[in-house]
Amino acid sequence: MPTIQSIAGQLEPHPDVALVARVRDGDVSAYDTLVRKYERQLFRIAQHITQNREDAEDVMQDAFLKAYEKLEQFQGNSKFYTWLVRIAVNESLMRLRKRRTGRMVSIDEDIETDEGSVPRDLADWAPDPEQNYGQAELAEILRKTIQGLPPGFRIVFVLRDVEGLSTEETAETLGLSVPAVKSRLLRARLQLRERLSRYFHKKKGLMETGIVK
Amino acid sequence: MTCKDFLALLDDLIDDEVSPNMRTELQTHLGRCGHCEVVLNTTRKTIEIYRSHEIYDLPTDLRERLHAAIMSRCKKGC
Repeated sequence: MPTIQSIAGQLEPHPDVALVARVRDGDVSAYDTLVRKYERQLFRIAQHITQNREDAEDVMQDAFLKAYEKLEQFQGNSKFYTWLVRIAVNESLMRLRKRRTGRMVSIDEDIETDEGSVPRDLADWAPDPEQNYGQAELAEILRKTIQGLPPGFRIVFVLRDVEGLSTEETAETLGLSVPAVKSRLLRARLQLRERLSRYFHKKKGLMETGIVK
Repeated sequence: MTCKDFLALLDDLIDDEVSPNMRTELQTHLGRCGHCEVVLNTTRKTIEIYRSHEIYDLPTDLRERLHAAIMSRCKKGC
């Protein structure tokens, strides 16, 4: 059932709508604003998928250029940002496939893995697990952990939980069904939780699992 | 409710997409299952930690360089 907020949201056009209209009228400075607004997100998404900095730089540029060229095709049924993300995801997957020639890279096949679906590490985490690590060390742990997920799980988690797309937008962006997104999201969350537990649970838990000897 | 039932609804609980009745059932299960409570809390923290930490930084100089490259090509008509 729609909430009051979502009804209000429908009545008030998203600020991007006016910017897109200005770009269509030939105002390049309006596109400058849109690029500034979303370049960080696009770079982040591209880096999450390709796991390669140079590829992410190329993807970000190509996605914005492609969106500019194809702006006439943007229907306005979805948000401009979601449409842009879809372009960036496709560009990223193309890069990933190029790098991994011969290796299957697919986000639409269902991945058979039970990892995390039955939680094994049941020790609670320290109240502020981040406090035990420096910024750089923590970023490295988070990177390594998420990079270990199958691409199909990783992309769903990044779009839905990190970039804040709705389940429906994530499904639309990736060409997946809503139940497929939900199933992947649950498994991605549980796998990440399981893997991060190795670093973040209370000391007692570390001893129990044998990680700290 | 079993732990398996709880786990199947974990995402809906985290994303606040459960009915009031279902929420009560889930809370009742949590009240007597420490394991599920840990899974719920640590899964929430997992999401929060990824949301609040920038793990792929885009340094300002690189950002500016890429931004300039994009805009110069757009101005030329791509």
